Amino acid sequence: MDEIAALASPPTKRVYRHRMPTRIWHWVNAVTLLILLMSGLMIFNAHPRLYWGQYGANADHAWFAIGSTPQTGFVRIGRARIETTGVLGRWTDARGVEQTWAFPGWATIPTSYSLADGRRWHLFFAWVLSVALTLYMLWALFGGHLAKDLHIRRGEWSLRHIWRDIKDHARLRFPRGEAAARYNILQKFSYIGVIFILLPLMILTGLTMSPGFNATAPWLLDLFGGRQSARSVHFIAASALVLFFLVHIVMVLLAGPVNEVRSMITGWFRLPPERNAAP
Amino acid sequence: MSGLILPRRRLIARAGGLVAAAGALPLLSGCDAINEAPAVRKILSMGEVMHQHSQRALTDRDALAREFTRADLSPVFRSNGTKLPSGGDYAAHAATGFADWRIQVTGLVAHPLSLSMAEIRAMPQRTQITRQDCVEGWSAIGQWTGPQLSRILAAAGLRDNARYIVFRCADRIGDALYYESCDLVDALHPQTIMAWALNDAVLPIANGAPLRLRIERQLGYKHAKYVNAIEAVASLDAIGAGKGGYWEDRIDYEWYAGI
Repeated sequence: MDEIAALASPPTKRVYRHRMPTRIWHWVNAVTLLILLMSGLMIFNAHPRLYWGQYGANADHAWFAIGSTPQTGFVRIGRARIETTGVLGRWTDARGVEQTWAFPGWATIPTSYSLADGRRWHLFFAWVLSVALTLYMLWALFGGHLAKDLHIRRGEWSLRHIWRDIKDHARLRFPRGEAAARYNILQKFSYIGVIFILLPLMILTGLTMSPGFNATAPWLLDLFGGRQSARSVHFIAASALVLFFLVHIVMVLLAGPVNEVRSMITGWFRLPPERNAAP
Repeated sequence: MSGLILPRRRLIARAGGLVAAAGALPLLSGCDAINEAPAVRKILSMGEVMHQHSQRALTDRDALAREFTRADLSPVFRSNGTKLPSGGDYAAHAATGFADWRIQVTGLVAHPLSLSMAEIRAMPQRTQITRQDCVEGWSAIGQWTGPQLSRILAAAGLRDNARYIVFRCADRIGDALYYESCDLVDALHPQTIMAWALNDAVLPIANGAPLRLRIERQLGYKHAKYVNAIEAVASLDAIGAGKGGYWEDRIDYEWYAGI
């Protein structure tokens, strides 16, 4: 009897967690970033080497390269060489033909080599990303999202608080009850990092690679230390976004994927009941 | 050692193959079908128009590409595309050091010109150390010398209805001669020069001897090499496939290559 009552009685509390602009921006971004990543890998395939400084071509020292030998594929970072046959540098395409482009066809737009098409997708969706991010930043700033949800409060800056949140994440102890309605400190760090650091960095380093925009804003070349440095930072920041995406997905899966995804569609989030409420 | 590596390599290859085979295959071909759809291509090409107009709006007509110092020169200036034009004509010119090479300036001009390399070198010259950005991603810095294109066009006298400048080249790729084009904003830009020298030496054949275009605010494929004719036109429609350049016609590279 008690068990049935316990199951039936505590009504799960629903909170309006994500406002409309956040939800729209989130899904536009999800699609846009995927297209930008895959078309970006196609563009990278045209010259799979990264340099620091103002110039860099085949004869110059590349700090990062994806390449192939007659039998293997490899990734080289500095002096370290990692064999990646089958995935990077040398792989088999969908028709069973061996290819030596850096990134395999399943990871690029389009699936077979076309720099022109990769650029077309990339440079169109760069506009989508930039316009959407600008609008979202303005809304976050003036619509209260930044102050209400992302602002890191004084108490949260303490190392003890941050360390406790790291431990909670590591033990997969996620906040329940009212605490689940708010972002925790690691969430705030990562969302602020993505919105205000990584995405703007992608746009600025992208613009730095444009010879036309260099004439408009030569200070970008100085800011990033040259076009090839900007290209390297573009690649590193993209890798950081991929890492964010992977952690983000794992967290959604662990925190209850149906509730999390639903809240990002409808806005409404069901608060997980407090632990001490359970028997 | 190899005993350890080989099975793992096979394992990774097999895993990669499985990913490609299971489920991903129809999805990927679906993606490629979207990529080929004319309506999608039309929408995506709006990006180029937006880039061109926003850069034109933000950038002064004469805003300069960054110029560097001799300390910044690439140790090796990479060459790309055609490294030696085929055919006996070009070989004969190369054998005589391009002594008889002439550049025709035609089209919508008041006085069509036929310039020898000696005449090109006798004009007032501009020397600039600039960065070339290949569409593929690499960059090289070199020092270029030659007359400004604006001077050549002024000598020929551009007519009022001239809108674009077409550059015709001596190198044939496959079935057609290479060509490029630009609008008057870039043609009359102070850094747009017809270069005959690279790094204080006569332009090497691999880099476009005897004369090439430098159009510093655009990507490398716009910098036509082996130029033998400069033509002022009102429209690009009747030239090549009408998209304004060799690669633009063939594989849809952007005509506006400032990004």
